[in-house]
Amino acid sequence: MSGGVDSSVAAALLKEQGFDVAGMMLRLWSEPGKENSNRCCTPDSMAQARRVAAILNIPFYVIDAKDVFRETVVEYFLEGYARGETPNPCLICNRKIRWTFLLEHALAIGAEYMATGHYARVRKGESGKIELLRAVDRSKDQSYVLHVLTQDKLQHALFPVGAYTKPEIRAIAEKYGLPTASRKDSQDLCFLAGEDYRNFIRRNAVEMLKPGEIVTREGKALGSHTGLANYTIGQRKGLGIASSVPLYVIAKDAVRNTLVVGTQEELGTMELTACQVNWLSGEAPAEPFRAEVKIRYTAKEAEAWVEPVGADQVRVRFDALQRDVTAGQAAVFYQGDVLVGGGIIQ
Amino acid sequence: MIYLDYSATTPVDARVREAMMPYFSDLFGNPSSVHRYGQQAEAAVEAARETVARVLNCRSEEIIFTSCGSESDNLAIRGAAYAMREKTGARWILASRAEHPAVTKTLLHLERYDGFQIEWLDVNEQGLITPDAVAKAICGETALVSVMYANNEIGTINPLRDIAEVCRANRILFHTDAVQAAAYLPVDVQDLGVDMMSLGAHKFYGPKGVGALYVRKGTPLVPHLTGGGQEFGLRAGTQNVPYIVGFAEALRLAHEEREQRVAHVQPLRDKIIGTVLETIPDVRLTGDMSARLPHHASFAFKDVDGNLLLTLLDAAGFACSSGSACKTGNPEPSEVMNAIGLSREWGLGSLRVTLGVWTTVQEVEAFLSALPGLVAKARSLSRR
Repeated sequence: MSGGVDSSVAAALLKEQGFDVAGMMLRLWSEPGKENSNRCCTPDSMAQARRVAAILNIPFYVIDAKDVFRETVVEYFLEGYARGETPNPCLICNRKIRWTFLLEHALAIGAEYMATGHYARVRKGESGKIELLRAVDRSKDQSYVLHVLTQDKLQHALFPVGAYTKPEIRAIAEKYGLPTASRKDSQDLCFLAGEDYRNFIRRNAVEMLKPGEIVTREGKALGSHTGLANYTIGQRKGLGIASSVPLYVIAKDAVRNTLVVGTQEELGTMELTACQVNWLSGEAPAEPFRAEVKIRYTAKEAEAWVEPVGADQVRVRFDALQRDVTAGQAAVFYQGDVLVGGGIIQ
Repeated sequence: MIYLDYSATTPVDARVREAMMPYFSDLFGNPSSVHRYGQQAEAAVEAARETVARVLNCRSEEIIFTSCGSESDNLAIRGAAYAMREKTGARWILASRAEHPAVTKTLLHLERYDGFQIEWLDVNEQGLITPDAVAKAICGETALVSVMYANNEIGTINPLRDIAEVCRANRILFHTDAVQAAAYLPVDVQDLGVDMMSLGAHKFYGPKGVGALYVRKGTPLVPHLTGGGQEFGLRAGTQNVPYIVGFAEALRLAHEEREQRVAHVQPLRDKIIGTVLETIPDVRLTGDMSARLPHHASFAFKDVDGNLLLTLLDAAGFACSSGSACKTGNPEPSEVMNAIGLSREWGLGSLRVTLGVWTTVQEVEAFLSALPGLVAKARSLSRR
């Protein structure tokens, strides 16, 4: 529970369905000196979640996940930037923290299922396997961050709000007298406390900010950059180079520590490779297949061919040029409403 | 659910509740009023004061009713510190490192905002303050000594009489926080030799929200809640008549039934301590084995997140507490765990099990059969 409307209504709906419900909240990590500033567990949201549990008359527990969060999520974040990628820590948080660490704790207190306030759905497929589906409310769909779930986790997963639209969820919250505020759908990472990630890197891994050259694809030097972690693919502003045509970041070369820029025409790609692919069914498809592919949490799906290469890699060939394909983010494949799999873009 | 957290608070005894009831709506007067409504209320408060004085073996004008044990600690410590500084210029205060926050935070406040100097007395591994330690630390500048009667977290009973003797020989005021002790230990202030003693009703089957402070006649004290002249000018505010009545009735019952209550809880406590130490690996008793509150068992488990253990216990139907527990999931070893020298790997895994007059042997057995598995579970979850 986060204290927000979605997880609160999730708990209310389960209670209404006759489940024996307990609320759990994770205490996540924040930088020393900013202990109460993690966006996912501020004192306010914790008090709110406690209030919700009291209104629903369910027990409420806070589980300390500071160390494991620091060791996995924050390390992953910093290592990703060190490799010249733009990591998405929410993915590893969902895999290692929410759906491993928290799930283990939920099972330990005797729970059979763990529910979250994510907008997504699960259903039992014809083969007996559990399928993960997009939310009914497509504009709120959060299945992207859940592509890391495996069958053994999905068996225990419930997403009660995924069958409703946001306005319906708000109406249910009002019916139960629950707080209706949502946590802002911010792209900011919870442990950055609303700050730019660059400040965080400066404080916690300043050694990674090595200045280097800005070059064209042909290798022509145009200027210098302040450290690859300071830039994202597609970025145009703040490059500090004079040019007759607008230039964009088109690649980061961590080996040479160079920032590759090019014109708008050079931006974009027809294909990508993803690794660490998780197939929700537990098995890689034998043949290439058509899918809608999402390359960022907020990106629109794009039609593509997805070709499995070995057990945990894929090559994705888009029908049209894709801008903003960014190493470190996930590419997630859908067929209709069913989430087939996803992996990390190389 | 099985409640094993009687040191946190106790339910109100039905007899106490009955005694309180008339004073909410029927006999509702203000004790300060001149008319007969006021007289009735005043009579109730004064009868309560006499009851308390009889149990404490003191005069009734030496009893000040307050809103809780913490307020009593504040009044005693602030009041005596200001008064002694005014009277003699003394500005040193001695206190044990294992005191309740109501005492330690008050002292830190006096240090930060009022220029007092606090000398923190070390406790031994059992959490005990020795009279020697007090004698060594006392000097001419000492305004006050504050040492708790029995520790809330680890149940250790301090040698109050001996400490009081040291203070008296040096003519230094001695305050004790007896909030945890009063439920089971004798509170005869003449026998104990203390100058001030704090009490709170909800630890001995009285209501929350009412406490008392014993102040030996002649003890200089500056009030910190100013206003009307209630409570001999030491604590302004209209008296909480029903709660004061409840306080007195609860204390009277605790006094009269002391022996049978101790006889009920002590064997259950010993069963818990013996079984836990025998059946669970890497555990130690915190506090003293003999100088210990009779209803109080406390342990430290190595490599256990105390907060997680409480969560598992609650989910399994047992309500206990831990010195390191906090509702925000941000556990730190308590000051008491640090004071008795426990390392972090032990100090984070504290568990307190406290019994009450209604605790049954079946409840204790159910707890003892569940605990080993839950400790193992907590260990496997934290050892990942």
